[in-house]
Amino acid sequence: MLTAVTSPKFLRAALPGASFAILLAAIFYVQPRAMSYFGLNLMLQYAVPIALATIAQMFIITVNDLDLSIGAFVGLTATIGATLVASTPLLGALALLAAIAAYGALGALVHWRNLPSIVVTLGMSFVWLGVAVLILPTPGGSAPGWVKAIMGLKTPWVPFPVVAALVIGIVVHVFLMMSSYGAVLRGAGGNPRAVSRAGWSLLKIKVIMYSAAGFFGVLSGLSLIGLTSAADAHIADRYTLYAIAGVILGGGEFVGGRVSPFGAVVGALTLTLTGSFLIFLKISPDWQIGAQGAVLIVVLALRALIKRREV
Amino acid sequence: MMPAIRRLSAKPWIWSYLGMTLVWLATTIHSGGTGGAQVLTAALSFATFTVIVGIGQMFVITTGPGNVDLSIPSTISLAGVVAMKVMEGSDDLLVVGLVIALACGLAVGIFNYLLIRILRIPPIIATLSSSFLVLSTAIAYGRGLKIKPPPLLADFTTAQVWGLPILALVVILFAMAMSVLLHRTLYGRSVMAIGQNMRAARLAGIRVERVRFLTYTLSAVLASLTGYLLAGFSGGASLNMGQEYLLASIAVVVIGGTSVAGGRANIPGIWGAAMFLFLLVTMLNTFGASAGIRLILTGVIIIAVITTAGGDEPQR
Repeated sequence: MLTAVTSPKFLRAALPGASFAILLAAIFYVQPRAMSYFGLNLMLQYAVPIALATIAQMFIITVNDLDLSIGAFVGLTATIGATLVASTPLLGALALLAAIAAYGALGALVHWRNLPSIVVTLGMSFVWLGVAVLILPTPGGSAPGWVKAIMGLKTPWVPFPVVAALVIGIVVHVFLMMSSYGAVLRGAGGNPRAVSRAGWSLLKIKVIMYSAAGFFGVLSGLSLIGLTSAADAHIADRYTLYAIAGVILGGGEFVGGRVSPFGAVVGALTLTLTGSFLIFLKISPDWQIGAQGAVLIVVLALRALIKRREV
Repeated sequence: MMPAIRRLSAKPWIWSYLGMTLVWLATTIHSGGTGGAQVLTAALSFATFTVIVGIGQMFVITTGPGNVDLSIPSTISLAGVVAMKVMEGSDDLLVVGLVIALACGLAVGIFNYLLIRILRIPPIIATLSSSFLVLSTAIAYGRGLKIKPPPLLADFTTAQVWGLPILALVVILFAMAMSVLLHRTLYGRSVMAIGQNMRAARLAGIRVERVRFLTYTLSAVLASLTGYLLAGFSGGASLNMGQEYLLASIAVVVIGGTSVAGGRANIPGIWGAAMFLFLLVTMLNTFGASAGIRLILTGVIIIAVITTAGGDEPQR
């Protein structure tokens, strides 16, 4: 029994959940009043868009790429959501579809020319931001009522953000971890050559994964304006870093297609909690990003320790 | 004539200079032939800073796929903020400020390398995580910072002789020295060897880890130098002064003809690419393009350049 619990494999799988639980316990200890439906709802509401952006990043990381444009992309979809989707829903839907298609095309370009994804996505972040600024030069717009209604749902017993995070995790888990094509998609990260020799099109895989990332980017943007009710081109600039950090906190590897949708969602929740924890500890917001970096480094260090025993 | 053209077009850096010239001509023609010289002077001034960080980033990228330093922007901010606060506008502390700024860079570089080495994580993630910490330090340390740079530093970074910025001349000499470092020293050759094939380099007896350590430290130190000079040039440090250098440092390396897959580097191209990027923005400004259009075109051009320069065949 004890050996099973201390085995590297178990520790690895438990790390994301454990980090989240420890952080939550620490928050309850410092601020017992946070231990309520309302408190959790307040602390975790922004976890939903962050979790969606993290899932988007996870799709890209699965195929051994890295997306440095997801924050700008979420910002763009948020501006589209607060303008076109609210005023002319059909046009808005088309614009969002076009944005997803553009993401898929990006995947095709990266594969076709064998380009480093970080340079391409870094360039694209300027394009997304530019389009967003053209659509909405100054902060404003208003979120469509139905988006606000969804994000403001009062679910019984368990706060909405937790339910939403669970649903996101399950849906992606079923698609990526349990379906047979999901195994092929992850295999493309593990051993692209073997997957391609087995007759699967790597081009198609990249397009699918990038499109999926675009789709979840759109969801992230929409859920974000559901909370803020207005948009700005720069609204999600930090999401690029959040998303990468979320995947890592959730136990994802950077290469080899080893990812975990549930882990990624838990990672996003942990990241959101870090911010609340610092506020409860009355630590100046100046250190907020630094604390997130520190959490990241600590988790990576723990994982390095576990890995050493795995060999 | 023809062989000369062929020989020139085989140089990877030639395209950045070609692009720079075209963009400059378009700008000058559009403004009716006036101001061409001033635009070049301004381009030289601003490109200087991009070149310094670009050289550091180039060494990092040359050590192979996956190697990139994402902590450059926050290192620039930290060094600038700390140096300004230490010097408090006094000329007497000019050298002290420089030493402390470079020490910041040294510390960040060592920290980056330790993360990569001890945690065995990809450099992208390591430098990204450390950049969070560095930026937070800069924010916490530099809250409400409005300190003018020492007059001597401000004068040095903005001085010109016959329309040529002195700082740019110094950095051109510096780039030449770095070129010697890259092509003629054991260190530079090792960097390229590691980028071409790390295993082969290790088996050939190159001390791979030491070279990587030096490379990440060099990049961070150059970023801190940029922070120090940039704060003098722009009349003080600000917390987001490094922000634009994330894309710029990578873009000038790629546009300048250095291979993103590592193993092949080139310094003259960095100057051309840095001038090109600045002149591009100037051109779009004179054409009256809005901020949105400017951003879109910058992104599209970078992607277009890397698509044409293209994917090298995978090396492993």
